[in-house]
Amino acid sequence: MRHWMAAVVLALLPSWGQAEPIEARAAPCLGCHGEHGQSEINDTPSLGGQQAPYVLIQLFMFREKLRVFEPMNEMAKALSDDDLRVLSDFIASLPKPLPPPDAGDPARLRRAEALARQFHCQSCHNADFSGRDNVPRVADQREDYLLKSLREYKDNSRHGYDGSMAEALQPVSAEEIADLAYYLARLR
Amino acid sequence: MTITTSPRPLLLAGALSSLFVFGVVFGAAAQQPAAPLPPGSPLAGRPDSEAAAKLSPVAPPPLAAALDKLPTAKLKLPEGFSIEVYAAGMANARSLALGDKGTVFVGSRLVDKVYAIIDQDGKRTVKVVASGLYRPNGVAFRDGTLYIAELSKISKIENIEDHLDDPPKPVVIYDNLPKDEAHGWKFIGIGPDNKLYVPVGQPGNNVLHDDAHGQIRRINLDGSGAEVVALGVRNSVGFDWNPQTKQMYFTDNGRDWMSEDVPEDELNRLTKVGEDFGAPYCYQGNISDPEFGWGRSCSEFTPPVGLMGPHTASLGLRFYTGTLFPDSFRNAIIVARHGSWNRTHKAGGDVVVVKLRDDGTVQSIEPLITGFLQDNKYIGRPVDVLQMPDGAMLVSDDWNGAVYRISYNKPKLASE
Repeated sequence: MRHWMAAVVLALLPSWGQAEPIEARAAPCLGCHGEHGQSEINDTPSLGGQQAPYVLIQLFMFREKLRVFEPMNEMAKALSDDDLRVLSDFIASLPKPLPPPDAGDPARLRRAEALARQFHCQSCHNADFSGRDNVPRVADQREDYLLKSLREYKDNSRHGYDGSMAEALQPVSAEEIADLAYYLARLR
Repeated sequence: MTITTSPRPLLLAGALSSLFVFGVVFGAAAQQPAAPLPPGSPLAGRPDSEAAAKLSPVAPPPLAAALDKLPTAKLKLPEGFSIEVYAAGMANARSLALGDKGTVFVGSRLVDKVYAIIDQDGKRTVKVVASGLYRPNGVAFRDGTLYIAELSKISKIENIEDHLDDPPKPVVIYDNLPKDEAHGWKFIGIGPDNKLYVPVGQPGNNVLHDDAHGQIRRINLDGSGAEVVALGVRNSVGFDWNPQTKQMYFTDNGRDWMSEDVPEDELNRLTKVGEDFGAPYCYQGNISDPEFGWGRSCSEFTPPVGLMGPHTASLGLRFYTGTLFPDSFRNAIIVARHGSWNRTHKAGGDVVVVKLRDDGTVQSIEPLITGFLQDNKYIGRPVDVLQMPDGAMLVSDDWNGAVYRISYNKPKLASE
């Protein structure tokens, strides 16, 4: 009798719920962002090895529409606070992205490396650009996504969680942003 | 007479080759010459040491902490004082304002909401009264109207306490404000002159700026009549008026990347319209800025009436005028110090009571609530304080999204 009742209750549970393992729940995310932490889709970031607190903040901002990008606002809108925590921990566990086969033009890389030092990027993003707490990993991120993000932080069309990136990019020129994105995407 | 020219080319070649050698030696280190840092950069002046490389601005969690995760048990207060949770669940709870009917309004800086805490016979509930706003850190209340300051505009909601369940949208009254993110969030307050005071921060850590920044303005409550009342203000996130002298006292956050120990945050007193407090030429009243102070003198500016500690992030403050706390608190100032990011061993992260001499300058600064820092890590960060009609003090904590209530019961003597 009890088994029968339990079966009915279980059948009535929504299919997208706590019972599902995180890998299954994250499958729709990885459809765009890549199965193994590496994104193959234009303007769509790799998520592998990303700092969990940073992911949580971005998912929160998408949910609350503090950061506006319609596909992600849609994906995030039904996430509970617990979902944010579980998802961000899972994403942090994905393998970090790899650099592209093209090692890049050495002169341009040297120029960009000097720019990163000049603008003190590593002060927050860490010596190897792997990030720390609320500061994201940017090493080996997709170049097109880095370009998009840096440009949007600079013209404030993307609001950061706090004002740090807006301040950091105040003096950085469009050309320097392009060089930095080129360099960070190819770190080896 | 023959002029021999051969030594010169040799000398030149020698000079060039030594330059070449130098170039190789230093080139190997691949150091970009120390170009001036981005104006506005929080890293302006950052030295290249390893310890400095570990310091970056600390961001609080965006989710309010659950009730059972609040740090009240670890917080310490002087004998006779006690602390309890007044309300929780308000992500990034920041500045506080009190309505005529006892509603407590709470702003936020990293989320988009203004909250209201409603107390019904000792039971508190939290509502969101405005959302979709851009860093609505500033809140003030006068004659039934709530004023909200976002990054670059000030709005109002009239009769808000009669419409807490279905509040009308805020109506903009003033938006002639710069749009810089750096020090752009605002604390507001309404003075005894019935004008609304609003700071405009310096648009970067240490930077020269135009005459629309680095100041405190006041406006009429309908948004008209804007005028600048104070200059040389780097970033003030808290002020109140001395109940005896009616003068405005405001905290001002000192610059970063000068050193771990100086400059200290300032407590300033405004004695006349147009007074200049020195930033970015002079900090803490007696330190000429190493970058901008050349050709200037600290004697040109008004020094602080007290120093609030280096990198303590002194923010919200109120003069205590109640009778619940000991008599020594009367007309003292209670100040929330948010705590450091630009200092290896964090300072502040506490609430202090500042007692004044008869001349209005600072006599002493004593701890009122400590314990928000444990092992140099935050378990909470105080932002603003507010006196309640019964003389208790509220304290907001943007790390946990909570507001605490501090009360006092005179300890019994052993003989009683």
